[in-house]
Parts: sequence; C-alpha cells; structure tokens
Amino acid sequence: MEDLYQEIILDHYRNPQGRGLREPFQAQVHHVNPTCGDEIDLRVHLEDDNGVMRVADVSYEGQGCSISQASASVMYDSLAGRTLDEALEALGRFQEMVQSKGEIAGDEDTMGDAVAFAGVAKYPARVKCALLPWLAWKDAAMQSMDDVQSMDDVPSMAGVRVEGESNG
Amino acid sequence: MSVAISPGTIDVRRVREDFPILDRSVRGGGRLVYLDSAATTQKPLAVLDAERDYYLTSNAAVHRGAHQLAEEATEAFEGARARIADFVGARADDVVFTRNATESLNLMAYAFSNATAKAAHGAPLPPGAERFILREGDEILVTEMEHHANLVPWQEVCSKTGAILRWIPLTPDGRLDLSSLSDLVTDRTRVVSFTQQSNLLGTINPVAPLAQAARAVGALVVLDACQSIPHMPTDVTALGVDAVAWSGHKMLGPTGIGCLWATPETLASMPPFITGGSMIETVTMEASTFAEPPKRFEAGVPMVAQAVGLAAACDYLDALGMGNVAGHEASLTAYALEGIADVPGVTIVGPADLVDRGSAISFTVDGVHPHDVGQVLDSSGIAVRVGHHCAWPGCRAMGVPATTRMSPYIYNDTDDIDDFIQALGRVRQVFGEA
Repeated sequence: MEDLYQEIILDHYRNPQGRGLREPFQAQVHHVNPTCGDEIDLRVHLEDDNGVMRVADVSYEGQGCSISQASASVMYDSLAGRTLDEALEALGRFQEMVQSKGEIAGDEDTMGDAVAFAGVAKYPARVKCALLPWLAWKDAAMQSMDDVQSMDDVPSMAGVRVEGESNG
Repeated sequence: MSVAISPGTIDVRRVREDFPILDRSVRGGGRLVYLDSAATTQKPLAVLDAERDYYLTSNAAVHRGAHQLAEEATEAFEGARARIADFVGARADDVVFTRNATESLNLMAYAFSNATAKAAHGAPLPPGAERFILREGDEILVTEMEHHANLVPWQEVCSKTGAILRWIPLTPDGRLDLSSLSDLVTDRTRVVSFTQQSNLLGTINPVAPLAQAARAVGALVVLDACQSIPHMPTDVTALGVDAVAWSGHKMLGPTGIGCLWATPETLASMPPFITGGSMIETVTMEASTFAEPPKRFEAGVPMVAQAVGLAAACDYLDALGMGNVAGHEASLTAYALEGIADVPGVTIVGPADLVDRGSAISFTVDGVHPHDVGQVLDSSGIAVRVGHHCAWPGCRAMGVPATTRMSPYIYNDTDDIDDFIQALGRVRQVFGEA
C-alpha cells in the first residue's frame, strides 16, 4: 500500500496546487470516473507565445479519491506554463507509466512529482483515478486548440487524438 | 463492543470448508476477509460440482435433438427451473431464466415499450397486453434508492413512450419517504417498480403497503429482489406483486443466470423481448408467432449449466435454512453496526439501527474518500466495495459522492467483522486525519 500512497501523493492531496477555476480560458470540460464517482471540472487557457503554443493556465475543481485529486495537483505542476508540445509529452510519459502494469518506473528528472504515481500502475482499479485529470486536460486542450485555431489560424493539430475514456 | 452475540445457527467454520477461495491469501500473504457479498457471493463446492457434473455427463443443447444426452440436458434444465421456483414458492412455469437481474428488469421494461410500439401500428399482441401499452402522460414510479438496473430501463421506457418517471424520495436516514405516496400513486400510475432491499443503504422496504397502493390504481408492481432473496425466506406469491427479479450470483450461484418470476397472467400478456430460436411457435418468412411463457422469453440455447448450478445453490441454502441465514446475518449486522459506531470519524449511510435493515452497510470516513478507504482495507486483506454502487441518485440524495460498503454473508463470522473494524480504525491515520 505504501507503493500507492507515497508521501508526495498525500502531500499533493492535502495541499493541492493550482486548484480553483480561473479566467480566462478557451475550453472547460467535465470528466467523471463513473465506476467510483470521481469528478473534475477543468479549464485550459492556451496562448500563442511568438508562434509557440503555450499552456498559460490549467485550472480545476474536483472531488474524488486521493489518487485523482493528487494527480490533478501534480498535473497542474507538470503542465501549467509549458509549451503545448512539452505538455503533451508529459501527458504521454505519465499515461505510459501508469498503464505499464508496473513495467515503467518513470524518470524523476523529466517527470518530477509525477513519478510518485508509478505505484498506481500495480493497482488496475486506480489507473483511471490517476488519469482522470490528465485526460480531462487533454480534452480541454484539444478544444482550446480548435478555438485558438479558428481565431489565429495556428498550425494544424491534426493527428493528436483524445483517447476515449472508458465508461465502466 | 458490547452487543450480546447469539451463538447463531450457522456453523461458519463448517460452511467455510465449502468455499476454498476463502482460504487463499491476498496482498502479499494476508488473510482474505471477503465482505463484498452484496456485489457477488463466493460459490460453494456443491455449486461448482453440479456445473462440472452436468458438463461431464449430460451436456447437450436443450429442447432440441433426438438423443439421450439432449433428453438428460433438458431434464436437468427444467429440473433446475422447478428447484429454483420451489426455493421462492413459485410454479416452475412462472420462472423465466435471464442473463442476470438487470436483464430480468429490462424484460419487464421492454414489455411496455414493445407493446406500446406494436400497438401504435396495430401489430398483433398477446391477449391482455393492454396493460403494457403506455400513453403520453402515463406515469412510472420508482424510488430514489434504486440500483441503476431498476432505473435506467424505466427512463428508457419513458423516452420511447412519452410516459413520465416519478420517484419516491428518501428520508435522511435512508428510508423511503412515504409521506407523499398518495400524490405519487395516482390513476396515471401504470408501473411501480422498487427494490425490496437497497444494495446501497441496506434498507428493507415495506413491500405490502407500496404494492397495495399500486394495485389499488391498477398499476403493475415489479420488485427488485436481488438483495433480499439471498438473505431471507421468500415466497414470491405472497408478496402481492406482479413480477420479481433476482440474480443467481448473489445467492451462491454462478454468474450468467438471473430469474424473473411473474404471475401467469402477467407473463401471458407480455410481448417477447429478445427474439430468435426456441421462443417461437411458428415461423414463416412473413411473420412469427410465439411460444407460451416461460419459453417466449428465452431465445437461443439457454444457460443450462448455470441453471443446474443455481439449483445446487438453492439446495445449499435450504440445507442451512433461510431463516438461519437471516438470523446469522442479523447478528453479524448488529455486531458490525456496534463496532463501526465505536470508530471515530465513521458515519453510517443508511439506517443505523436494526429495524428493517439488511446486512449491507455503507459508510463514509471523515476526510478520506471511499475509494481510499477501500484501498486501505484491501491492504489488510479486507474486500469491500467502494463507489456509488450503481445507485448514483441514491448517493446524491444521501449527500455523499460515494460510500464504502461492507456486506457479510453465511461464510463470515465475528472474527471477520473484528478484522474489518480494526483495519477501519487505521484508515484515518494513513491519511493523517487522526
């Protein structure tokens, strides 16, 4: 159980970073984990930073277990302020790690606090909890892209898909 | 804990010998304490042996084939139907086999939407099917504590027919608030469908007054007995209802089999649900006519081995005595409620006393999400369910996003409850809440 409830995770659970819904934003999503009732409302604000798309802010409110709530806090730390490409890479690393059934430990240098979720991979029922905020971010970021694109005609994001969440 | 424990009439040590799975270890060597029987029960050797014996000796497709195995398989299947019907005081012909209780409830719901759709263009319907034809503004009454299986199918009927869904609200302690029943059951009410025992709250509902109120206005009464038939003696014909749905796997039987009992008049007047082989009378390229119940509702090759297994489960429970099962659970429930009340920061969601309550006990722990509670218990080998228990509106009505639920059965004893209580006492420490 200590694999799962690492001190870093409990710290983020008790003192969540970036919590609260903020203005401005281009897209807001509501994602749920129907098996246990975890819910998150999440907003993304993207900015065109001299031709580079940047995640200017990610803001959220949610309720749920320590894993989903701590994961939202770590997601905020990992993604806010990054370029969109960096953020998508961070999402990819996180998703790969928690879905690896424990095969991929994660690299603390590139992932920061997010590596604490490596233990989640050994508890299949909790993987969805950990992914909930990250996939909500991906969904909102894609919607934000559509919005920004229609305003600014930025380069196409074709090929980036929001993976379907399971509605167990 | 100061509850006086009656010695109980179930020899749990003896019973546990029939459930080898309970001897396995979990999470790195810990003793398994299985307290999730409201989700599904474990299976005794007698059930596994019955299924295996059937496959070893008589396996064939039933109701077809001209050979001895087919005869024996048919006999095993129909014999199982008679045995299971007897367990609930019913005639064999009034019990329909389904995949699970969810399908049983859908079978009832689809009788309404199918009859309504057929009537709309004059398609043939069985005699008496008028009671299944809904008109815009007709009402279907459920309760706020229903399992999604007894809610979503009725929502679907409403969206297909223009009927209106209404529901009986809950009191703060998780019982039905019947104060407005006379406003909710009216001459527009066509169906009243409710659970006999809540899987979320443990509440046992008053079937007789609800059924009487419904029948007084001519409404059809459907009872979800998933959480009651495994736990108490039941005579479905004495309940005053038209149909009863339950599942096999919550009463020691295999997965993949559920039952629907209904009065012969009810079954006879229902159009078919799932169609295909075995459920027909005659078939031409233009149209078909349908078999009498229960076959009208059993398309395709049925779940014979599961029926045989469920019949063996009925034998097993009857050998224990359903009165003894109920008594055993009542003493465990009293013991558990008392123990939980002594753990700081734990709140029961549902009736906190023993009046009209079953053994499924939902609770919350201050400052700790139910999923985390379940995980900490699991680390001590204690298997409980977490989440909204497929009764999301019921959770909302009780003001909680989710709960943790423990649900004991015939193979649990006070040692199991003690281990559970001890682990529960550690939960808040893990999260720094105590």
